[in-house]
Amino acid sequence: MKTKQLFAGLFLMALSLGTAQADYTLNLMEGVTSISRDVYGLHMLVLWVCVFIGVGVFGVMFYSIYFHRKSRGYKAANFHESTKVEIIWTVIPTVILILLVIPATRVMIEMDDVADSEMTIKVTGWQWKWEYEYLDTGIHFFSSLDEASNKARQLNSGIDPRTVANYLLEVDKPLVVPVNTKIRFLFTAADVIHSWWVPDLGWKKDAIPGFVNDAWTSVEKAGTYRGQCTELCGKDHGFMPIVVIAMEKPDYEKWVVEQKGLAVENASAAVKEWTKEDLVAKGEKVYANNCASCHMPDGAGLAGTFPAITASAVVTGDISAQVDLMLNGKGMMPAFGQMLDPVDFAAVSTFIRNGLGNSVGDAIQPSAVKALQAAVPEVVYDDDE
Amino acid sequence: MSAITAEHENDDHHHDHGPEKGFLRWIVTTNHKDIGTLYLFFALAMFFVGGTMALIIRAELFEPGMQFVTPQFFNSMTTMHALVMVFGAVMPAFVGFANWLIPMMIGAPDMALPRMNNMSFWMLVAGVLLLASTLFMEGGAPASGWTLYPPLVLQTGAALPFAIFSVHLLGISSIMGAINIIATIFNMRAPKMTLMKMPLFVWTWLITAFLLIAIMPVFAGAVTMLLTDRFFDTSFFDAAGGGDPVLYQHIFWFFGHPEVYVMILPTFGIASTIIPVFARKALFGYSSMVYATAAIAFLSFIVWAHHMFTVGMPMSGELYFMYATMLIAIPTGVKIFNWTATMWRGSMTFETPMLFSIAFVVLFTLGGFTGLMMALAPVDFQYHDTYFIVAHFHYTLVPASIFILMAGGYFWLPKWTGNMYDERLAKLHFWLSAVSVNILFFPQHFLGLAGMPRRIPDYAVQFSDWNMVSSVGAFIFGFSQLMFVYIVVKTIKGGTGEKVTDEVWEGAAKHSLEWTLPSPVPYHTFATPPEKIPSEHF
Repeated sequence: MKTKQLFAGLFLMALSLGTAQADYTLNLMEGVTSISRDVYGLHMLVLWVCVFIGVGVFGVMFYSIYFHRKSRGYKAANFHESTKVEIIWTVIPTVILILLVIPATRVMIEMDDVADSEMTIKVTGWQWKWEYEYLDTGIHFFSSLDEASNKARQLNSGIDPRTVANYLLEVDKPLVVPVNTKIRFLFTAADVIHSWWVPDLGWKKDAIPGFVNDAWTSVEKAGTYRGQCTELCGKDHGFMPIVVIAMEKPDYEKWVVEQKGLAVENASAAVKEWTKEDLVAKGEKVYANNCASCHMPDGAGLAGTFPAITASAVVTGDISAQVDLMLNGKGMMPAFGQMLDPVDFAAVSTFIRNGLGNSVGDAIQPSAVKALQAAVPEVVYDDDE
Repeated sequence: MSAITAEHENDDHHHDHGPEKGFLRWIVTTNHKDIGTLYLFFALAMFFVGGTMALIIRAELFEPGMQFVTPQFFNSMTTMHALVMVFGAVMPAFVGFANWLIPMMIGAPDMALPRMNNMSFWMLVAGVLLLASTLFMEGGAPASGWTLYPPLVLQTGAALPFAIFSVHLLGISSIMGAINIIATIFNMRAPKMTLMKMPLFVWTWLITAFLLIAIMPVFAGAVTMLLTDRFFDTSFFDAAGGGDPVLYQHIFWFFGHPEVYVMILPTFGIASTIIPVFARKALFGYSSMVYATAAIAFLSFIVWAHHMFTVGMPMSGELYFMYATMLIAIPTGVKIFNWTATMWRGSMTFETPMLFSIAFVVLFTLGGFTGLMMALAPVDFQYHDTYFIVAHFHYTLVPASIFILMAGGYFWLPKWTGNMYDERLAKLHFWLSAVSVNILFFPQHFLGLAGMPRRIPDYAVQFSDWNMVSSVGAFIFGFSQLMFVYIVVKTIKGGTGEKVTDEVWEGAAKHSLEWTLPSPVPYHTFATPPEKIPSEHF
């Protein structure tokens, strides 16, 4: 009776393993690069090897459990040692392992070869967003969780995540790459260790503060590919997704030109004189994207961990002390000096002094921020490659 | 048999003092059986504390969106769940079995160092309480994962130094326990109990004790470096001062990989003890089991960086750690084949300890398969830090270590208490556990392969269904374990009323010495060493 139940249970398990093969969504994705397909092939190979061994071992075991039982009157045999079979079941697995290792080594070598790449993108992990720098074209931006997901993911937000498009897998500004181009990625981090993973590319790589890692990809199909940070990096580890848009080369060229135009616009915005109202209006959005996850959307903070903005002595005090703290960071507060452009920085600095229940009344201009930012030394990374 | 029975009647002459009266008995005891009981009850209590944390995690993950806890608290829960389960539940439970059984299995009157034995237990309690106290500190309990990776762990609030000192206490406790076990096994065996005649549980613990002595100081060193980085301006793990955050990971996993074998080797030992009894056949390949255990222990020291394939090691490093890791499959395979061969042409019965042991062999093998998959470094670039690995290590811990702890509980409880447990309830406990543990962990393979990272408090909606299934399994599994408490308490209070024989299980005395003692076992046993020892496996 009990054995039948055990059999039934195991049969069900075997069945679910079976559906793992049949139903694509339960399995690893094949991805869109030659590496990701190699990895998928290895995964299926080792999976089938395991299934094969499992069927053999469990087959023998369950035959024995069914037939060699006392209730059937089976008398125990008396053997308990055989050097011959011990040798057999040491040698056979060794041979299987060697057969697995050969293709795995080949893929490993291929993955490691970043030579002859056509462009380089530097990826920096921040708590809790990604910074992308196209080293060849100078395009540079931050990419963080989009606003819709960010609102829905607040504790008891009342928003059903199922109604949010690409919940937790959408960003405000995706990484754009050309297809069929060997791209070298450099990874580093500004605060703690992060890990950059887009399953369709076939790998993940850690972004480690003070060190630079590299990896490469060449996307074969235009499309949108999503991933997430995979190294625990603090409270919002689950909320710093990655979106990669692979474009046909002409589209990509167009995008590059667009971005360069935007950079010029931003530069002129940084030198023009802003009104306080414009700064506050812009600052509200910057606050929602950059500050609200710790200091809370209403500026109340989190007792014991994140100070309140509302009625804060720093925010209602001397503006230069506040700006200094924001530029350089303090403890868990990241240094926003490198993270925000002068306009966003000035806007949010002005917003928190004149919103969230504060009404100091003063403002700081982007041009002034720009001068201060220039005075903050760039972090120098130790490239050990 | 009769000669052995005659002999312990002889023991009664020495049986002149019993336990201390009243509550003080449990504080000052130096008796290996009392200390074993303390360890086991403490471990069981911590199993429920750690389990409650797991249920908080699974409740939050039942649906997408944040419903119950903040992300920071969620991270504290994953961190504390692991630390409590590893250092508060699984390790102490095996030390409990070691205390109860090693002296009785080798024919010794007690552990070699009884006072240190008491001290190591109370230091464990102090360490775990200190760790638990961090839950109530400003900034919350550690939330950096049980691996405590810098720089993240250095952002912990007031809890950091307390967590570090707690690790120190737990380490001292483990080292003292390990020294005690080694001293006992090397010095107190009955005259005819040569090393290669020891029951496999004793062998696996001997090897485990050496692992503990080798690794606990390494972990203590690593966390002390965290302490000085945070409070004394050193830069061991800070690149800005010339240090390296990855150095910590190397040191941690040099401890961490053998540490996971600290939890699995005694598991192998208990399984190797139970399966032959219910197969009514000697353990197949006794000496190969001993050598395989030693081989696994040795390999555990040279494979650590397979936990960190993605940190950007040079390719030669990746290849070396891939090859070395794959080697572990060989001695582990030998063990699984030996258990299967032990069952083969046996005369099996399926009492609860055997059911848990068979489930262990099957489900641990599944965990071993996913382990082999992850050993392939290029594929691990996909699996790493996803739910696939969460499924893997839970398969090697829950239906392996935890199941075998349950099996051991049912197996020896009648011997310890003299009462039989309720077999019907115990079998119900087994079936509920065995089914729900798979509902709980099997879908996590799919989640990981489909791209869900581990340690996230909320997830994209395509992961909803399997998370829901997993959470349902978690609650069934968690509440099923309350049955174990009920059954144990009921057994201690008299059980089914049926008086068990000295042997308890048919033919058990052929396998190991403890079954030659009366049931329940007297407070003091083997005041004089037994002259005959069981010789099943020769």
